[in-house]
Amino acid sequence: MKARATRFMVALPPLGWIALFLLAPYCILLCYSFWSLGPFQQILHHWSAANYIHLLTTPVYLDVIFRSLRIALSVAFLSLVLGYPLAMFLVFHSGRFKRLLYQAVIIPLWVSYLVRAYAWKVIFGHEGVLNTLLLWAHVIHHSLGFLLYSPFAVMVTLTHIYTPFVVLPLVAALEKVSPELLEASSDLGSRPWQTFLRVVLPLSLPGVVSGATFAFLLSFGDFLSPLLVGGPSSIMIANIVANLFGADYNWPLGAAVAVVILLIVLALLYLTDRLERRWRTA
Amino acid sequence: MISRAGSSWLGLYSLAVYAFLYLPIIVLIVYSFNGSGVGGFPPQHLTLAWYGLLFRDAAMWNAVENSLIVALSAVGIAIAVGFPAAYSLDRFEFPAKALFRRLVLLPLIVPGIVTGISILMLMVAAGVHLSLVTVILGHGTALIAIATTELYAGLRKLDRGLEEAAADLGANPRRTFFTIILPLMKTSIVGTALLIFTLSMDEIAVTFFLIGRENTLPLEIWSRLRRGVTPEMNAISTLIFLFSLVTITIWQRLARAQPDKTMPMAT
Repeated sequence: MKARATRFMVALPPLGWIALFLLAPYCILLCYSFWSLGPFQQILHHWSAANYIHLLTTPVYLDVIFRSLRIALSVAFLSLVLGYPLAMFLVFHSGRFKRLLYQAVIIPLWVSYLVRAYAWKVIFGHEGVLNTLLLWAHVIHHSLGFLLYSPFAVMVTLTHIYTPFVVLPLVAALEKVSPELLEASSDLGSRPWQTFLRVVLPLSLPGVVSGATFAFLLSFGDFLSPLLVGGPSSIMIANIVANLFGADYNWPLGAAVAVVILLIVLALLYLTDRLERRWRTA
Repeated sequence: MISRAGSSWLGLYSLAVYAFLYLPIIVLIVYSFNGSGVGGFPPQHLTLAWYGLLFRDAAMWNAVENSLIVALSAVGIAIAVGFPAAYSLDRFEFPAKALFRRLVLLPLIVPGIVTGISILMLMVAAGVHLSLVTVILGHGTALIAIATTELYAGLRKLDRGLEEAAADLGANPRRTFFTIILPLMKTSIVGTALLIFTLSMDEIAVTFFLIGRENTLPLEIWSRLRRGVTPEMNAISTLIFLFSLVTITIWQRLARAQPDKTMPMAT
């Protein structure tokens, strides 16, 4: 009986905190998304799905959702393209420098997000480092205007920020591939690329999925990089939320957009969770 | 596994990826000494003037102070709530445990903006004015997820035999907790605190919606970046980078005492 009282005392504070500051806010968010805005900017507590219908029937919003998905997918893909060979190198070929090289991947993670996004602004700007370097080297004769304030800049910035996040689970997955398997494959006459395709890649898929999911989720909900390096042509879905909660002042509609983000995120997690479970049992 | 030629291509490719990861950071640092402004190649008129400007910048240091207050308080909240949460998840069975686990970890995967506006709505509903206190509540709550995963991993690695021995020797649960579990968890707690501190110092998405009149450092930098850029931003960025480097070194030292320690990953 006493042990039970102790358990209660230990578990109750975190349960209470989470209920008050996490569960309640998410519930309020859900409520708001079904309310509406009155003529005097007041919140009307009439329940309706009008916000969601408005979202799903207005092309502008759908365009932004698809653009966000596209950018997030590209970032996940580019991070894998950059990260996978790097992880292979770290695990199989880095020798005695492994620890140092691994830490070198982690260090950029600890550099402020804002600092790294800002760095790309400095590099890509009209008078930026890249343009002036190319002008100085006579590669180009006019500054390239398309570098900054484009979806391209957003993709590069987000890929830069999230590649280390992708490398870490890849390294963890590749480290589980035992050297005996590789030897066995080569003893049985496989060429290196066959060993890679048939042994290494399939065994590392869980790492690929968790890394790509992470990069996708983090960039899908990003609203700072689009503002800093993206410009009007690369507005993402989180920017819409930020605007509706700021200058445009329409919290009910903003809440509905946020719920849509939440649903997309949860759906993706559900999918990857099922994938991983299938691999574990296979 | 891979031929020697393949291996050296892999090495070259990796070198290029490292260049991609470090080039922006190097550019930032180099141009913080650039006398003639943010861009332009090659860098010219090397100077420490931007650092001088930064050190006289009262608003910036006020923001640093605010960020320190927020980060230290967030560490306090996240550990104070995250430790019993991790402990309960590790040791107890209670109704809706799986739901509780998912809920606690939600801020790891839900975009910060969603958590930020949700807590904002709670504050408005409760009639609380936005200030550093609301920022602290937001950071603390969002970072409980990190504290719980890290401390849970730490608890999992404890040798249960020691606790059983203590119990056999007549120690009550409270005494076992304070003389065995807590001392063994010290490195894990300090490492978690450092991680949360760094994350809080860098947090923007949640802060953005909960900030009152007082700016945190990232928000101060953010508002200035929106107005236009000067190498003073490079100078503060360089200092933040150096500060992070020191923190990560300390963290790595602590982590080395505890093998298998990896960066937190949402799963």
